Amino acid sequence: MMNRPDFKLIHEWIPENAHILDLACGDGSLLAALARDKNVTGYGLEIDPDGITACIARGVNVIEQNLDQGLANFDDNACDLVIMTQALQALRRPDLMLDEMLRVAGEAIITFPNFAYWRHRVHLGIRGYMPVSKSLPHAWYDTPNIHLSTFNDFEQLCRDKGLIIVDRAVGIGDHEGHWTSRLWPNLFGEIAIFRVSRG
Amino acid sequence: MPELPVDSVGLVTPQTAHFDDPLALACGRTLPAYDLVYETYGTLNAERSNAVLICHALSGHHHAAGYHDADERKPGWWDAHIGPGKSIDTERFFVVSLNNLGGCHGSTGPNRENPETGRLWGPEFPMVTVSDWVNSQVRLADRLGIERFAAVIGGSLGGMQALQWTLAYPERVASAAVIAATSKLSAQNIAFNEVARQAIRSDPDFHDGWYTEHDTVPRRGLKLARMVGHITYLSEDAMGHRFGRDLRADDLNFGFDVEFQVESYLRYQGDTFSSSFDANTYLLMTKALDYFDPAQGGDLASALAPASCPFLVVSFTTDWRFPPPRSRELVNALVRAGKSVSYANIDSTHGHDAFLMPEPRYQAVFAAFMDRVAGDLGLETRA
Repeated sequence: MMNRPDFKLIHEWIPENAHILDLACGDGSLLAALARDKNVTGYGLEIDPDGITACIARGVNVIEQNLDQGLANFDDNACDLVIMTQALQALRRPDLMLDEMLRVAGEAIITFPNFAYWRHRVHLGIRGYMPVSKSLPHAWYDTPNIHLSTFNDFEQLCRDKGLIIVDRAVGIGDHEGHWTSRLWPNLFGEIAIFRVSRG
Repeated sequence: MPELPVDSVGLVTPQTAHFDDPLALACGRTLPAYDLVYETYGTLNAERSNAVLICHALSGHHHAAGYHDADERKPGWWDAHIGPGKSIDTERFFVVSLNNLGGCHGSTGPNRENPETGRLWGPEFPMVTVSDWVNSQVRLADRLGIERFAAVIGGSLGGMQALQWTLAYPERVASAAVIAATSKLSAQNIAFNEVARQAIRSDPDFHDGWYTEHDTVPRRGLKLARMVGHITYLSEDAMGHRFGRDLRADDLNFGFDVEFQVESYLRYQGDTFSSSFDANTYLLMTKALDYFDPAQGGDLASALAPASCPFLVVSFTTDWRFPPPRSRELVNALVRAGKSVSYANIDSTHGHDAFLMPEPRYQAVFAAFMDRVAGDLGLETRA
């Protein structure tokens, strides 16, 4: 169930009894595990029909909602924490979504594929092709990932917005649970994970 | 004798429950005694924990699934979703479906006799509201020994009843499914209802509602009401696909008889309805729709505070009677009130009527929710 490498660290970071919003919650497995292990409550937002059905089958509250239309239906500080795993790069305006997330909650956890990962650099920089990898499995013409960014890019965006980076790490897709923030994360991290709060 | 489908609840027989304890109504009047006609499908378990209540819509009734006899042309109105292996699986759930007060299919209503006068109730039947219906449904539950429903489910006006259950009797509802509904009618909805009412009331055969005593029926008015209503049940696309501009004959006849197929269809729908439905009931049901507003003009999230069960809210993309934004309003208010809710907006070309039909995604969502309901109650789940 928790077979996504980014889920494991998020699971560690989420406090007990938190009320959370999981944006692009997929099949609801993260919310289900958090509800079971940490008494977490909240809602998942999703647009994929199969994901929505899977959430309902798990007993995870899921709301069909397109994230590109914002979170206007959620009040300021509606929850403790907002999570968005592997969806930022597919949004029309990731920067506005970041604003929205930190309006709805004081803290946000975001994971995304690091475009500066060395394998991606090899694809693009040496072989001259758009990167295709475990974390970026699509071809350039059919990819939903329209706003690719790097570990450094995201850090820059947070700085520009005056956000506090509470924690950050990178992971390698195939080394489950192996996270680090040292040793050139922008180069060796395949998946970036940031925990940010309002400045 | 034709064979019934294997996923049908089969032959069903309506039953009548008579109630002698007076029912106080929202309008201030009291029904001294009344009958409720209902059907049940499946078996109530020993713990009485597997009961599901189906609430019907504007022109609905108790016959939601199965067949009254082997020659019946069509099964009950929600047969697509109630039966062995269907979303509301009668192998696990005991389903109760009734005809609401004021209805015209056997429950006490305008076309039944008023014992106090010896005449039919006719236009003297009191206005009934969604909350009155729910209060009467509670008494039926008591009669059947059902302390708490595993789920209260309804589409359209039925969804309003499901919502009202969760607010008025939260301790008696383990879950609620509110499908193709709204927490209150829009001005446009009320406007369409008013056109329908005026069509009926201005028919010379209406006789202020005493048409039966004049040995007549306001057939033209009822037909018009249904035709207008029917347009709002279908989507523009569905109508376009089905009829387009197709003509009944090869050429235009430059007259006012039926020329286009859609005219023929609407007239047929209106005719069928006007010979099977009671005009006074139609008037009452549309008023019940108009009046429903649990927030009473105020904040919906606050009004939802009493609810305690998980909700499933479903809308359909081409429904313009109660369009997806109306469902989203309800979902957002439930979220703001901190309630458990899941929401799906199902792609369908069928407009408002989509809630009655089988559609793979709708069925998957519905079945997943009901599976969860069964699991949470410790009922046997599907293999």
